[in-house]
Amino acid sequence: MKEEFTLSIFSENHVGLLNQITNVFTRRNLNIESLTTSESAIAGIHKFTIVVFSTREEIEKVAKQIEKKIDVIKAFVLTADEIIHQEIALYKVPTKALLDGNQIEGLVRQYGARILEVTPEYTVIEKTGHKAETQELFEKMDKYGVVQFTRSGRIAITKSKAELLDNYLRKMELDRQNVN
Amino acid sequence: METQFQTMMKEKSKEAIRMTGAEALVRSLLMEGTEIIFGYPGGAIMPVYDALYSFQNDVHHVLVRHEQGAVHAAQGYARVTGKVGVAIVTSGPGATNAVTGIADAMIDSTPLVVISGQVGSLLLGTDAFQETDVVGITQPVTKWNIQVKKAEDIPGAIARAFYIARSGRPGPVLIDITKDAQFANLDFAYEPIKYIRSYKPVPVVDTQQIEAAAQLINLSKKPLALVGQGVILGGAEKELTEFLEKTGIPAAWTLLGLSALPTDHPLNVGMLGMHGNYGPNIKTNEADLIIAIGMRFDDRVTGNLSTYATNAKVIHLEIDDAEINKNVHADVPVLGNVKDSLPMLTEKVTANTHDEWLEQFRACYRIEYDRIINKELYPIKTGLTMGEVIHRISSAFKDDAIMVTDVGQHQMMASRYFRFRQTRSVVTSGGLGTMGFGLPAAMGAKLGAPERPVCLFVGDGGFQMTIQELGTIFQTKIPVKIVLLNNNFLGMVRQWQELFFDSRYSFTELINPDFQTIAKGYFIESQKVTTREEIDDAIIKMVNHNGPYLLEVVVEKEGNVFPMVPSGASVSDIRLE
Ligand SMILES: Cc1ncc(C[n+]2csc(CCOP(=O)(O)OP(=O)(O)O)c2C)c(N)n1
Repeated sequence: MKEEFTLSIFSENHVGLLNQITNVFTRRNLNIESLTTSESAIAGIHKFTIVVFSTREEIEKVAKQIEKKIDVIKAFVLTADEIIHQEIALYKVPTKALLDGNQIEGLVRQYGARILEVTPEYTVIEKTGHKAETQELFEKMDKYGVVQFTRSGRIAITKSKAELLDNYLRKMELDRQNVN
Repeated sequence: METQFQTMMKEKSKEAIRMTGAEALVRSLLMEGTEIIFGYPGGAIMPVYDALYSFQNDVHHVLVRHEQGAVHAAQGYARVTGKVGVAIVTSGPGATNAVTGIADAMIDSTPLVVISGQVGSLLLGTDAFQETDVVGITQPVTKWNIQVKKAEDIPGAIARAFYIARSGRPGPVLIDITKDAQFANLDFAYEPIKYIRSYKPVPVVDTQQIEAAAQLINLSKKPLALVGQGVILGGAEKELTEFLEKTGIPAAWTLLGLSALPTDHPLNVGMLGMHGNYGPNIKTNEADLIIAIGMRFDDRVTGNLSTYATNAKVIHLEIDDAEINKNVHADVPVLGNVKDSLPMLTEKVTANTHDEWLEQFRACYRIEYDRIINKELYPIKTGLTMGEVIHRISSAFKDDAIMVTDVGQHQMMASRYFRFRQTRSVVTSGGLGTMGFGLPAAMGAKLGAPERPVCLFVGDGGFQMTIQELGTIFQTKIPVKIVLLNNNFLGMVRQWQELFFDSRYSFTELINPDFQTIAKGYFIESQKVTTREEIDDAIIKMVNHNGPYLLEVVVEKEGNVFPMVPSGASVSDIRLE
C-alpha cells in the first residue's frame, strides 16, 4: 500500500549531493512531492527533507540506497505520525480587493494567517500550515482574486525526544577513535 | 607490500616539497602503490602526461587505443590482483569514452581510480572546447566522484579516492582535474586516508545474527550455499571452504563467484542462473535454506522473484546494507565482510554432512550430462562446438589459467566448461554484460598476473567492438592468448531470436573480415581452425607460443547454450533443450 513518507536526510555539504539523492528517486520512477534543503542545526551538515508517496518496502530500499552515497551521513524514514511538519505559503492579492469588503480580512483571521506587506497596489499574506490548509485558504481567497500564490516544500522535526542525528554522530565519533 | 617508491618516499623527510599539481598527482598515485596506469593523452591532461614522462621508471604507463580499453584493462588488472586499477583520460570525448568501463566496474564492484583531465577552471560551464560535465555524467555510475580545481586539493582527493575505491564494497571512483590545477604549484605531502565521517565501509558483524543463522543452518535438511564475488573481494576463499566442509553444504556460484571454489571441490555443485547448471537452479526451489554469501540476487540468477526459493528461509551474508532485502527477503541478514562473518558462523555450526541431498545434485548433473554436456563436449556432428573447444583449452592449460571472456554465448560456455584450481581466475563482465570488455580486460589481467597464462574467449561480434586494442597488445608485448570463437553471428541474440522470436534472424548475421589478415597487420601470430582434426595441435601451438596469439576457431553457426532459464521464468522452469 502506498502512503506518505517524509525522509530526513543528513549529509556533508558537497556540490552535487542533491543530484545524487534525487537520482535514487528518478531511477525508481518515484515522484518527489516536496523537497527542501538547507544547513542543519549542526554546522557543516546539510539536511534534506523529502516527501514522497511510496510503499514501506520500497522507501526502506530507497533510504538504504541514499545512505550508501559516500557523503550521506544518514537517511531517516518517517511517517506522518512521527513528525511535526509545516509548509509556508504566500498569497498576493490586490489591495483593492482587501479594501472592498471584509471577506479577506475574515479569512486571514479565521486561518491564522498574517499580513506581511501592504502597498497601494498589492498585499502579501503569509500562512504556515499543512498543505491542505494552505490550499484551502488559497481556494477561498482566490474568489477575491489572488494574483500570485506560492508554497514551500515541507520542513519537519521528529516527535521523539532525542535528536536522531546527534546519537548517530556520537557513535560515528567513537568509531573514528577506534580506527585511529 | 610496499613499492620501491613508497619506501623511498618514507625515508625522505616528511617536509613538503614544492611541485606542480600534475607531478603531485603522479606522486600521489605512486604513494598509493600504483604500478601500472592505463591511459590515453589529450589536451586537458597534458600536464599530467608531461609529469609521467619523468616517472617512467616508477610506473608503467600502457598506451591503449581507446579510453574504453583503458578502463576495461584497469578492471582486468584489478580483478586478478585485488588492487585498485588506474586509468587516465583526457576531458570531453576521452572521458565519455571511459563511461562504459566505469559503469561496468560499478555494477561488478571493481575498484578503480579514473583520472580525467578537465578544461581550465575559468572555462567551466562555458561549453569550452572538449568540456563535458564528466562529474555529472559519471555520478550514477561511480561509487564517488569529485572535481578538483586547485592544485593543493589533488593529494587529498587521490587519498580519498583510493580509500573509497578499495574499502567496503569496492567500486570505481572518478577524479576530474582542471588543467589549471595540474599546472599550478603546491607544497606536496601525502597522507593516506583511513576514515570518512559519513562512510561506513565494513559493518561490524552482529553476533546475534550469527547465532540466528547458525540455528537455521543446524536445523536445515536441504541447505544450499550461493557463492558470490563477495567471497573473492573479501579474500575469504579459505573461510568459505572451511564453512562448507564443516557443514557439508552444497555450494553453487554466481558468474562472478566463479573460481572462489575449485571446480573439482566435492561440494561444488555448479553455476546458478540463466545458463547455469540444472541442479543448482532446480534445487533452489527444493532447498529449505539458502545461504547467500557475498552475492546480490541479480535477476539473471533468480529468474522470476515470486517463484524463487519458495520453500527456503534465507540467510544473507553481505557487506552492502542496500543489498539486504533489495530483491530477496532475508530472514537472517548478516551484515559485514564475509571474511569476518564466515569464520564466526563456522565456529557456531555443528559439523554435518548432507550426503543424500548432495546425491540429488549429482543425479541432476547426470541428467544434464546426458542431455547437454556430453553432446557439447564430445559432439559427433561435423561442426565444432564452443564447449569442446573450451574444454580442450582448459585441459591444455592444466585447468589453471586465468579465463577472460567477452559477452555472449562463448561467455556462458566458457563459464560452464572452463575449470579452475585457484581463485581470482575469472575476468568477465557480469552485471553490465559489456561486449568489447574481453580483449582490453585480458591485457590488464595479463599485466596484473604476468606469471599466469591468460586466455581470452571472445565472439566475432564483441571482438570487433574493441579490436583496436590488438595495437596495444603488439606495442606493449602483452602475451595474452586470444581464442576467437567465430560463428559469424551475434550468437546470443541469434539464440534468443531462434527460441523466442520464431527464428527471425533480424540483423544478427555478421559478414566478417579476415581476422587472420587483421592479426597479421598487428604482427600477432595466429591460426585459423575449422575442423576437429586440427584443433588439438592448434591449441598446443597457442599454449606453447611465447607471446600474444590469436586462435580463431570457426564453430557451428547455430549452436545454442543450454540449459536455459528463459528471462522472467522461474528457476524451476529451466529448459534442457
Ligand atoms: C555493447 C553491447 N551491445 C549489445 C549487446 C547485446 N548482446 C549481448 S550478446 C550479443 C551477441 C554477441 O555476439 P558475439 O560477440 O559474436 O558472441 P557469441 O554470442 O556469438 O558468442 C549481443 C549483441 C551487449 N551485450 N553489449
